[in-house]
Amino acid sequence: MEFTNGSHKTKEMNKKDKIDLSVNFAGIKAPNPFWLASAPPTNSGYQIMKAFDAGWGGAVWKTLGMPTINVSSRYGSTNYRDTRMAGFSNIELISDRPLEDNLREMAEVKRHFPDHAVIASLMVDTRKEWEDIIKQVEDAGADGIELNFGCPHGMCERGMGSAVGQEPEVLKTIVEWVMEAANIPVITKLSPNISHITDPGLAAVQGNTDAISLINTVKSIVGIDLDSYAPYPVVDGKGTNGGYCGPAVKPIALHMLKDLMQHPEIKSTPMSGIGGIETWRDVVEFILLGATSVQVCTAVMHYGFGIVRELEAGLINFMENKGYTTIYDFAGKALPNVTEWKHLNLKSEVKAKINEDKCIGCDLCYIACDDGAHQAIALPTDGGRIPTIIEKNCVGCNLCSLVCPVEDCITMEKFDDGKEHETWHELTESNRIPDTWNDDRAGGKGHYVPEPLEALATKRKDKSGMRN
Amino acid sequence: MAEYKQPANEQEFKENFKQKKPLMNDTQAHYESSRCLFCYDAPCMNACPADIDIPLFIKQINTGNKEGAAKTIYDSNWMGNACGTICPTGVLCEGACVYNNQDVAPLLIGRLQNYATMSVIESGKQLYSPGEDNGEKVAIIGAGPAGISCACELRTLGYSVDIYEAKSQPSGLTVHGIAPYKISNEEVIAEMNYLQNQLGYNIIYNHTISTKEQLTELESNYSAIFIGVGLGATASLNMTGENLNGVHGAVEFIEELRKNHSDVKIAQKVVVIGGGNTAMDAASGSARLGADEVTLAYRRGKDSMGAYGFEYDLAVSAGVKGLFNASPLEIIGNGSVEGVRFVKTESVNGKLTIIEGSEFTVNCDMVIKATGQAKQGSLLSMIDNLSLDEKTRIIVNADTNQTTNPKYFAGGDAINGGAEVVNGAYDGKLAANGIHQWITQN
Repeated sequence: MEFTNGSHKTKEMNKKDKIDLSVNFAGIKAPNPFWLASAPPTNSGYQIMKAFDAGWGGAVWKTLGMPTINVSSRYGSTNYRDTRMAGFSNIELISDRPLEDNLREMAEVKRHFPDHAVIASLMVDTRKEWEDIIKQVEDAGADGIELNFGCPHGMCERGMGSAVGQEPEVLKTIVEWVMEAANIPVITKLSPNISHITDPGLAAVQGNTDAISLINTVKSIVGIDLDSYAPYPVVDGKGTNGGYCGPAVKPIALHMLKDLMQHPEIKSTPMSGIGGIETWRDVVEFILLGATSVQVCTAVMHYGFGIVRELEAGLINFMENKGYTTIYDFAGKALPNVTEWKHLNLKSEVKAKINEDKCIGCDLCYIACDDGAHQAIALPTDGGRIPTIIEKNCVGCNLCSLVCPVEDCITMEKFDDGKEHETWHELTESNRIPDTWNDDRAGGKGHYVPEPLEALATKRKDKSGMRN
Repeated sequence: MAEYKQPANEQEFKENFKQKKPLMNDTQAHYESSRCLFCYDAPCMNACPADIDIPLFIKQINTGNKEGAAKTIYDSNWMGNACGTICPTGVLCEGACVYNNQDVAPLLIGRLQNYATMSVIESGKQLYSPGEDNGEKVAIIGAGPAGISCACELRTLGYSVDIYEAKSQPSGLTVHGIAPYKISNEEVIAEMNYLQNQLGYNIIYNHTISTKEQLTELESNYSAIFIGVGLGATASLNMTGENLNGVHGAVEFIEELRKNHSDVKIAQKVVVIGGGNTAMDAASGSARLGADEVTLAYRRGKDSMGAYGFEYDLAVSAGVKGLFNASPLEIIGNGSVEGVRFVKTESVNGKLTIIEGSEFTVNCDMVIKATGQAKQGSLLSMIDNLSLDEKTRIIVNADTNQTTNPKYFAGGDAINGGAEVVNGAYDGKLAANGIHQWITQN
């Protein structure tokens, strides 16, 4: 566990193992790509110093800008069974601390950690305000600026935050103002509350932003209190939409990152990935889709700064196993494999296989397939509990392997010989797509489906020998 | 030196007889219920003699619907709380949990069950109401698990129910015949009160049914009669010395223990004869009462014991010593018991054989006979046309629990010769529906 304890130790070990986690993100240098997102964990110099000491390489200061007043309470969460905060929602606004306190502490952090990245997140209204505040954070020693165009609650009602992120033209104008005023790198942070992330992404690039970060939180209501009938978090009997984040939003963030990284005019812009990052695996996935720094908030709010130990150890272990020395060696490596559906090989065929030795007989695969998928799993008729795959019915959908509670018990086995390749795109190009309602060339034609009435005849209930 | 010192007061008694399945708190229940896989055609449910929809009630606990969970349990088993605590879950629901197949600890189903049922018992939440009065009256002999369950079910169907109970408390062996570390008197009685408060059946306590005249009267006053009389006193060993001072029946000893707690006097050296559940409870109980030496003597090998493995393990952990392949010949003493003379046995071709000349004596000042209970043969013989099997068990129709005398239905130990509370609870419910079917069809 040599890599698990703070940045100094890591640096030594990195040298020894020739792994270099340092990044130069659009000119912002940091000892590693693990940054704190602009959020409650970066509300003060105290927290950021503590984070850097724990091993974080950078921090985006909680957004500075227009004066605010916060409400009580502020957070809500989506719990899944015994897992708390699988999703997390907040209605907290940008920093409500005096600007001068924030700037003084920012300067102090930079004095103690000159090699770490301190980025000032900003949200103001008029051009004059943007110019003023940029000057002040530059004077305080900030290494970069992040533009908060994402906050989907409160500030957007005042025309800022996601109100900007949802209007590409306005966004572009503000980015242009900022770029004219700023002498340090500028990151534009995008809101996911929009149909096509490439619209604000392109506007930011056209406004000459140095980099993009995404995603900000997703507009949400995490739940309703069943006594007061108000949404969480409840503020004196009322609630409002919050910004949703945490592990639940990671898939949305990964997809949006991919969209930007595959856009010809946006893809050369450095991307800082945000959204549900909690483990080294999450970090690697964001990097594989092109992010070259990652920002974390919810995981720290849940577990504290110490989780960076796991991120760092896991990332280094991955890089050692794959033979990478910097994150740039594998950044974006998954992008060529993310394609449109129409380019997927229709001739590829996998089918489920159940390992009888590992099966514990919960029969979740059976019922999931029978009720929720393609009726391709059978139970033994002798009362046993080890199910079998009916190969002719199995479409290789994966559902059984996803519900199976046993590691590697149900695997998806390749059935095609790998020689044939045909895509919907190719079929379309050569005029071979099915084009009538009952076309023989359609996929489901001839596929086995039980007769409707069989549904009422298949109750399995054998209770024998249990009574004394 | 004994594992336990003699309890001087109720507090020390409770320490010595600490509950083996303590009530879960909300956090424990939430975490534990989160582990349930919600198996299809769940093996735990198939292993439950009362057919409780276990995956459903665990899911209900997990979603914060404790009352719904309790209703799911009581819908199948009127002794839901007692069974959660005293059922041998390790060989029933928990033994069937698929996690066992992967060397992962099975769900703690019994304790989750208690978590749900105790929540409504404590809150008094009304889950059931009596059905509309149908004018029919049913008599129940015995307020044990079978009788109580039959009464509850009949009340929901609109019958008036009178239970005649020989003792002064309901629930039969649940409160009288099970070691106190399995369940406390308060917990048993709380469930009994909870049910009676909702369903309003009558229990006539201290009222033994033992004469033909009484039976005739019941027959003329009630539309049907349910026999839930269980078994009788500890059976005689027909052995010299059985009447010496210091020789007790196990059922009587445990009843004394359940009633009088730390006031029960235990001897220094105790020999318990038997290998069943009650023998284990008696041996464990003796050790927990502070006896210096407790010997559990069984005439066959350890593996042949009727008791569950966990019961023997509990007895051993309380300081009990097992003595196997030792068949008692006589109890010796002069006025008071001084020892038990045994002869060694061995199994020859599956047949238990005495080893000649291997007699030996274990000194003791107390003997507890846990060698089975006598049948209620004399009462049963007074009922016309009531057929019994060769072991004096009442023969019933497996679907309705109706006896060969159509007015009589039966369940529990009286038909199975001695099984679990859950079996009695199931029988009582089944019989109630059998009674309803019989009465509505006549």
